[in-house]
Amino acid sequence: MANETEALLLDARGLHKRFNALVVLSGVDFSVHANETVGVVGPNGAGKTTLLSVLVGAHAPTAGEVRFRGADVTALPTAERCRQGLARTHQIPRPFSGMTVFENVLTAAFHGGGQGGDAAYAQAAQALATTGMTSLANRRAETLGLIDRKRLELARALATGPSLLLLDEIGGGLTDAEASELVDVILDLKRGGLAIVWIEHIVHVLLRVAERLVCMDAGRIIADGAPASVMSDPAVIEAYLGGGPG
Amino acid sequence: MILLNQIIQGVLLGGYYALIACGLSFMFGVMRIINLAHGSLAVLSAYALYVLADSYGVSPFLGLVVVVPAMALIGAGLQRTVLERSARGGLLVPVLSTFGLSIVIDNLLFEKFGADTRSLAPYIGDLSYDSWAITDDIAIGKLAALTMATAIVLLGGIQLFLNRTPLGRMIRATAEDPDTVGLVGVSAERVNAIAAGLAIATVAISGAFLAMRATFNPYAGALQLIFAFEATVIGGAGSLWGTLFGGIVLGVAQSLGASVSPQGFFIAGHLAFLAALFFRLFFGDLGLNLRRVLVRRPQ
Repeated sequence: MANETEALLLDARGLHKRFNALVVLSGVDFSVHANETVGVVGPNGAGKTTLLSVLVGAHAPTAGEVRFRGADVTALPTAERCRQGLARTHQIPRPFSGMTVFENVLTAAFHGGGQGGDAAYAQAAQALATTGMTSLANRRAETLGLIDRKRLELARALATGPSLLLLDEIGGGLTDAEASELVDVILDLKRGGLAIVWIEHIVHVLLRVAERLVCMDAGRIIADGAPASVMSDPAVIEAYLGGGPG
Repeated sequence: MILLNQIIQGVLLGGYYALIACGLSFMFGVMRIINLAHGSLAVLSAYALYVLADSYGVSPFLGLVVVVPAMALIGAGLQRTVLERSARGGLLVPVLSTFGLSIVIDNLLFEKFGADTRSLAPYIGDLSYDSWAITDDIAIGKLAALTMATAIVLLGGIQLFLNRTPLGRMIRATAEDPDTVGLVGVSAERVNAIAAGLAIATVAISGAFLAMRATFNPYAGALQLIFAFEATVIGGAGSLWGTLFGGIVLGVAQSLGASVSPQGFFIAGHLAFLAALFFRLFFGDLGLNLRRVLVRRPQ
């Protein structure tokens, strides 16, 4: 029992999120263990991105609580959760334009990673190397193409020194070859012991990495378990393909 | 020789304009807030220095040791209470709220100090009129030279601070995307409060020079705001070195205009501003940036 609690990195219970009349999350229980790689799938509007937003604190849940490393973080602002090791990338990359790639990542290492001076530079350089961005370090962030923006988004999250990384459709809009390159990077991170939650529509890409799959539909988790069993779950098939005729 | 003197005096005047534009340029270019209370805040700090000098015999330079941190606190407080809330409503709401703020400040000062004009010149000894004679026709005022030096140090210092320090990068990142900085461990509220405090601290310094070089009254802020705004726009929003250049262009234009006719002082300055504005709108990046800022927050 004690062991299980220790390994539990993130634990969200009874998350509800309403935007006025629109119910986006209705009772989501979601947990991630250390070293675990969880894929999240589900049709558009299922509430996947909102779930990540609530987990990092960009949105406050209407009800429910989020615990990270055993402590209740529901009321903590995003910046504080980040400093505790919770990182997230955006579906549409949002680099700090007007700054170079290196400055983007360095800012993350300084403040999110809590590093000072040389350690921050080293951590930023490491994050760039991991994501294959080193040669672009001095480019202005707004001049990057989509794949490099996605890489920068990932590098910036890594530079904060996370213990749990939340990826929001980082493969979306990429060609198969580009997505495959990103998967290699993410597999490296996974082997390094980083816990990862990855929302993705391209299921075959996700299946290369995820050892557990969660399927959401209409603000609820409808299946959670081994990828193969989740993908063959009748409820999942119905959510994706709609009910049969009649 | 007379023309050369006009240009030199114009450049020195430009140093003053660059100095008063520093805080405005920083807020406008980096934080993307148009602060119409800028001039009034400068006059407020001028009065604070005046009270310290007149009632307590504190020299204006020593008074800055108290007034600059006090104004920085006021700036941080304003950010928390007024600017941040209004900035959430879009680009135009801060314009209205700071305009209202300037009316409040002006009239509170009028209530307290009346319509008399004051100056800090009597409290700085011969610095207010002393000069170095370069030739028979050209003399450089010591106060004007000090103003120019202060402008260069302040604008250059802030530019380096923004480019080279972690806090400066944090301020730029927060201005760019206040929602995303949380994801790199930065608290946008705190950073903006620091940035506003810094901006208003520079306003305190410019208020001191305003009061030492000329006279002021409770309603003197509006004209300072206009000059600061013109220098900022001529130099290009976002670049503090550009603001120094903008101030000098404005100062030289005014100085040359004044040599043509007494009204030429204002007319030439405004013409230089308009020419720069149109040039930047049609050929430069101002039009582009303006559109970008206006559509920045679609929700």
